[in-house]
Amino acid sequence: MRYFELFAVPVDYNIDLATINKHYLELQRTVHPDRHANASARDKLMAVQSAAEINDALQTLKHPVKRAEYMLSELGVDIRAEQQTLQDPMFLMQQMELREELEELSSASDPDTAIANFEKQIKQLNEQYSAQLAEQLASNNEQQYQLAADNIRKLKFVYKLRDELERIEDSLFDD
Amino acid sequence: MALLQIAEPGQSAAPHEHKLAVGIDLGTTNSLVATVQSGEARTLTDELGAAMLPSVVRYQAGGITVGADAVQAATQDPANTLISVKRFLGKTQAEIEQSYGQLPYDFCEDNGTLAIQTEAGKISPVKASSHILGALKARAEKSFGNQEILGAVITVPAYFDDAQRQSTKDAAELAGINVLRLLNEPTAAAVAYGLDSGQEGIIAVYDLGGGTFDISILRLHQGVFEVMATGGDSSLGGDDFDSLLVDYFKQQTGVSVLSPSVLRLFINKAKACKEALSQYAKVNVVLEFDEQKYTVEVTREKFDELAIPLVKKTLRSCRRAVKDAGIENEEVLQVIMVGGSTRMPLVRSQVQSFFDKEPLTSIDPDRVVALGAALQADVLIGNKPDSDMLLLDVLPLSLGLETMGGLVEKIIPRNTTIPVARAQEFTTFKDGQTAMSLHVLQGERELVDDCRSLAKFSLKGIPPMAAGAAHIRVTFKVDADGLLSVSAMEKSTGVQADIQVKPSFGLSDDQVASMLKESMSNAKDDMQARMLKEQQVEALRVIEALEASLAVDANLLDEVQLANLKAEIAELAKVRETAQQPSDIKAAIEKVDNASSEFASRRMDASIKKALTGQSVDNI
Repeated sequence: MRYFELFAVPVDYNIDLATINKHYLELQRTVHPDRHANASARDKLMAVQSAAEINDALQTLKHPVKRAEYMLSELGVDIRAEQQTLQDPMFLMQQMELREELEELSSASDPDTAIANFEKQIKQLNEQYSAQLAEQLASNNEQQYQLAADNIRKLKFVYKLRDELERIEDSLFDD
Repeated sequence: MALLQIAEPGQSAAPHEHKLAVGIDLGTTNSLVATVQSGEARTLTDELGAAMLPSVVRYQAGGITVGADAVQAATQDPANTLISVKRFLGKTQAEIEQSYGQLPYDFCEDNGTLAIQTEAGKISPVKASSHILGALKARAEKSFGNQEILGAVITVPAYFDDAQRQSTKDAAELAGINVLRLLNEPTAAAVAYGLDSGQEGIIAVYDLGGGTFDISILRLHQGVFEVMATGGDSSLGGDDFDSLLVDYFKQQTGVSVLSPSVLRLFINKAKACKEALSQYAKVNVVLEFDEQKYTVEVTREKFDELAIPLVKKTLRSCRRAVKDAGIENEEVLQVIMVGGSTRMPLVRSQVQSFFDKEPLTSIDPDRVVALGAALQADVLIGNKPDSDMLLLDVLPLSLGLETMGGLVEKIIPRNTTIPVARAQEFTTFKDGQTAMSLHVLQGERELVDDCRSLAKFSLKGIPPMAAGAAHIRVTFKVDADGLLSVSAMEKSTGVQADIQVKPSFGLSDDQVASMLKESMSNAKDDMQARMLKEQQVEALRVIEALEASLAVDANLLDEVQLANLKAEIAELAKVRETAQQPSDIKAAIEKVDNASSEFASRRMDASIKKALTGQSVDNI
């Protein structure tokens, strides 16, 4: 997988972020456009493209959902452009409840504590759904890949909740 | 006594020749130019020894005055004396009036762009900025016995959006300056401090200038300055504190409607009062106009009371930036203060209590940005080939596209490291739809109306298909200067549309070109000569760059490719000597460029592989 190769790290969902970050800086030192400020137009263009790709690779590997989606697509199951297809009534029910809870946060009597509690819940769900991902993605088994895809879909819900929570926090700060 | 330079045996001195590059801080209130000499950055001064050039330009029928002389005229000739024009860059008249209220200018339109009517004609903010930049360029050239300035790093507030950055670059181009890089002001300040102390860790840069506020969180690590998050307000600065005092004066004197010249008097007095209050606990302001005389007493407590909401506003941005960086306040190792407004005791104490750390103020907050820019310019122009320094900046505001219902779909979120390229696919809404109009926006809000509109363009010639069948891929590219270009393509047919994002109220490339021509009042021949010279210089640069690459990496090409490339280079060298038309050289440069594309891409791949060899073995 190109992104893992780029940073010279083993292909594994459980990444070593410190090494990736270190190698990222080494790579940017080589390719960043500022390193080619006096080069030909063609070299400069190459530098911008390469630097952009390395930045994108880092963003992808850093983010648990993007990383999983990327790995899965490299394994032949691309779910990045799909419309929602998750069919798990239990899960969806739980999500709806969480959403309701989320909407009531800003009017809670003690928003700070309410937000902290909600954050804890999200963290728990995050751990639950990502726990099996590493194995599933390394399984070399089509059925496991489909399970991984479902796990990623669920993780996406969780991350959406997290983004929403952040927005609510921001709006509370801005008052 | 100047030291004699002696080259190593067998090497000519030429490769070590010091190239002249400058750093320019184009500020709202004051602008500066700095350069590196003998390894040390210093600001360049005018004949009177002043480093700061007031960012004020006066336009009279007889000519243009920049700087202190223009400031003198501000009270008597407010309508023709443009002050703080940086605040107007990339803005519409409505936005300006909403942000700054009553201003003594006669706003008008010039070819669809905002301008101010003066005795010397319609002057756009870009043009006024170019006159300020031109004055600094002239100062630098004069300091070095008319040696040519080969390039400049120009600083912009980190929070500047695409329209404001593009305007700044246009202004530099108009002034005949080769822009090496647009650099964010806080990053420049960090460079000035960072190289000084060799610090490692997370630092915050709090930059409150004349018209803008920026907060940036950076990580310093072995010469790499990595911006983790940035935030701020592109229309909050010292001028706003002045305007609070102006309102206070109005209230105390009971004079609410001011003529332009009295308004200017009030603003000048407010500025002086604010500055004095940094030293004294109480200031008496005397306002004399229209044969009336008022004295207003302002205590520091009163001023703090007026100013605290604005300072709190800056702290909210700080909190968000810290959060975006994914860190806690305690992790910030140092806080750097930049900008004249950080001299206000209230600002210092509030920032200190927010970060629980005494802020650093050892480098003059007015000059620190220019000094940092000069250090970066010195590296970029190639005077320090062994430098480890690398600046990794981020996109300050999210970029997105308008979708159905007036909503904004974010394509690149704020604080993404640049350069960056990102694509997103969209589809048609109606059966048989053959065109799609794209509206590019920048900002954090969800509604189109709350974001800044950067550009609108359309993709035409989509073959008629059922709704949802066409796949339109829109690609956003942001370069290291933070400037955006957008392209769109229908995937099945390859129908394509490209645009350089130029805001509807900014300048098109043609406009910049025609203004350039206008500004060169001389005959057409001079223009031709200048363009020929420019192409000759460019050709030489291309040849030298390629020869240097070939000396190292010729083995990446096979014999035929190598011979082909060398032939094109030789041809360019010949054309460069003999051509009379700039376009001939340009064509030859393009041919070399095409012939070298494979070489460029192989070299980049090879260097990427090389970058991690040696350490990767242990890790796999």
